[in-house]
Amino acid sequence: MRVALFITCVNDTLFPDTGRAVVRLLERLGHEVVFPEGQTCCGQMHYNTGYRRPAGRMAVRFVRTFEGADAVVVPSASCAAMVRDNYPRLGGRGSRLSRKVAELAPRVYDLTEFLVDVLGVTDVGAYYPHKVTYHPTCHGLRMLGLGDRPYRLLRAVRGLELVDLPGDTECCGFGGTFAVKNGDVSSAMGADKARHAVETGAEVLCAVDNSCLMHIGGTLSRQRSGMRVVHLAEILASTEREGAHGALEGSEAGS
Amino acid sequence: MSATFLGIPPFPEAAEKAVNDSRLRHNLRKATHTIRDKRASVVGELHDDWQRLRAEGAAVKEHTLRHLDRYLEQLEESVQRAGGQVHWAADAAEANEIVTRLVKATGETDVVKVKSMATQEIELNEALAEAGITAYETDLAELIVQLGDDLPSHILVPAIHLGRAQIREIFLEQMAEWGVPAPEGLTDDPRALAEAARVHLRERFLRTRTAISGANFAVADSGTLVVLESEGNGRMCLTLPQTLISVVGIEKIVPTWSDLEVFMQLLPRSSTGERMNPYTSTWTGVTPGDGPQEFHLVLLDNGRTDVLADTVGRQALRCIRCSACLNTCPVYERTGGHAYGSVYPGPIGAILTPQLRGMSSEVDEALPYASSLCGACYEVCPVAIDIPEVLVHLREEVAESPGHLGEKAMMAGAEAVLSSPRALDAVQRAAGLGRGAVPRHLPGTAGAWTDTRDVPDVPAESFRQWWDKRGRERG
Repeated sequence: MRVALFITCVNDTLFPDTGRAVVRLLERLGHEVVFPEGQTCCGQMHYNTGYRRPAGRMAVRFVRTFEGADAVVVPSASCAAMVRDNYPRLGGRGSRLSRKVAELAPRVYDLTEFLVDVLGVTDVGAYYPHKVTYHPTCHGLRMLGLGDRPYRLLRAVRGLELVDLPGDTECCGFGGTFAVKNGDVSSAMGADKARHAVETGAEVLCAVDNSCLMHIGGTLSRQRSGMRVVHLAEILASTEREGAHGALEGSEAGS
Repeated sequence: MSATFLGIPPFPEAAEKAVNDSRLRHNLRKATHTIRDKRASVVGELHDDWQRLRAEGAAVKEHTLRHLDRYLEQLEESVQRAGGQVHWAADAAEANEIVTRLVKATGETDVVKVKSMATQEIELNEALAEAGITAYETDLAELIVQLGDDLPSHILVPAIHLGRAQIREIFLEQMAEWGVPAPEGLTDDPRALAEAARVHLRERFLRTRTAISGANFAVADSGTLVVLESEGNGRMCLTLPQTLISVVGIEKIVPTWSDLEVFMQLLPRSSTGERMNPYTSTWTGVTPGDGPQEFHLVLLDNGRTDVLADTVGRQALRCIRCSACLNTCPVYERTGGHAYGSVYPGPIGAILTPQLRGMSSEVDEALPYASSLCGACYEVCPVAIDIPEVLVHLREEVAESPGHLGEKAMMAGAEAVLSSPRALDAVQRAAGLGRGAVPRHLPGTAGAWTDTRDVPDVPAESFRQWWDKRGRERG
């Protein structure tokens, strides 16, 4: 299958390892990955902060860039949710944008949805010999309804020990511009999330959104907790032969 | 009672103080988690029925709001037919004026109150005090707040911010000034505290001849008002006095008596986490020889009609004041209610207050941002108010208003970069070159990030650079 990758601006700029992992994983599973170069950002930051018109313009760019794709894979649940849940609110009723969004949105998937629902795989042949806990990020949990997909994928990874995260469904406190507009509350929420993560005794906390991981990982790192955060894609891309980052072990995202 | 929300700073500033208050954080953590878990358990036992009830509750409210003009007139007629009198109040001042006049006409200077958000919203107690009338709160938590000269911090449990040792101190220090004193040797055992309040209030119930209430529901076809409660104090106020005055927001209407079937299931489970609340009182006008012989209904607008005109924002008027959104909100759990600067705190307050009061003050325009948009509030709302949607909608209003120049410039700059793959690539390359020079603590707005969090390492090459290179290598 020919898969269009929407990398997202955050992954593109700060977490390219996640993008490389998605490419390696999908190619390993026998699919062709294309990267439409006109892509930039889904507009989530503008939309959630109240800047509707810029968000609308970015939605138009997204639709124009991806409208021919059979499937668009997004390694970020909140960006996938932006397209599927919020784009329909951006165009007026009966507008060109609304029609195009209605046509495209059902083919936009978070990585875990694409693997489990479209490709029908849960065992992707990964090997990751670490103790891991999973944080279900809010937009993946509540807007996309990812449910047990990430857990099914993680349980099929050889060598991986999956442990439950206490208070897992509670927001980590990132919330986009909330993290700086309400830095104190955001930090208080992050501190609790970090404490729960450390309590698990896991070595790695993973999720499907690097923006949340940047917040949780930044907190864990500031506390010198000795725990790191990794995007789920990097775990799934990891094999016994290649490690987490291709031929050689490299530095991991967000830590 | 002189405490008001005036003078509370905008949310981020008030929240900074709250998150560092260890006693507050402890009290809130304990209380919100207890009630959150109870709710989850009694909602969970209904399985799929819950979503059907929730959809039905939302539909009844939506229908009523769309035809509010008709149902309001029907309610007026039903109440009058049953022997009650109906008054219309456009705003808080008018409502306070009406109630003050009605109380004065009874010749009483003391009134007992059933817990009511509408009367909190219009600051009725303060208005009555100016007219020389003392309003006595009889709900246990409202009593605690009143005795402590404090402010309510939660819709359902206004004293949620206090622990029992603090309540004991308030009772010992203040009860005597207001009536029957607290017993000597009062401990902080919940049973002992409740008993002290019971004795204190009992004397008040038997003596006071005028009561003021709100209502959870007003039934248009029968003219019946409904109050759900846990303690029975409301039942006392609604039955013993001679005169009853009920101040009710115009959005509290349900069309028919049988619509209550839906809300009697939704409200207790969402609110106290009970299958059914201990006391449900209903009254229809006056009944000769039984209960208050004079009944006044004051229908309050106070901004609600303006909210109704906003097609996105008006879903906030479906709210049945259950507090489930407060109890589940990770922000509320860490700040408590006072930081919201309004009698309506938490997620529902963050969308209701700015709509009722407008967003002309710094306090009100900060409220739509007091959320990480995690969506937990929407998930638990028994009438399916999409709170995140309304928050974003209100943020749009703020972003379109004058001021906020720094943020607007930042957003415009971000759009310029993010609207062009070439500009984005240029910024990424520059960041890659400067990656070693990122300091651990950043200045300005970014400092709010680096105060508590490290910044991620900037990679030497962006994904798109890598992809481009890979393409060229592969030819």
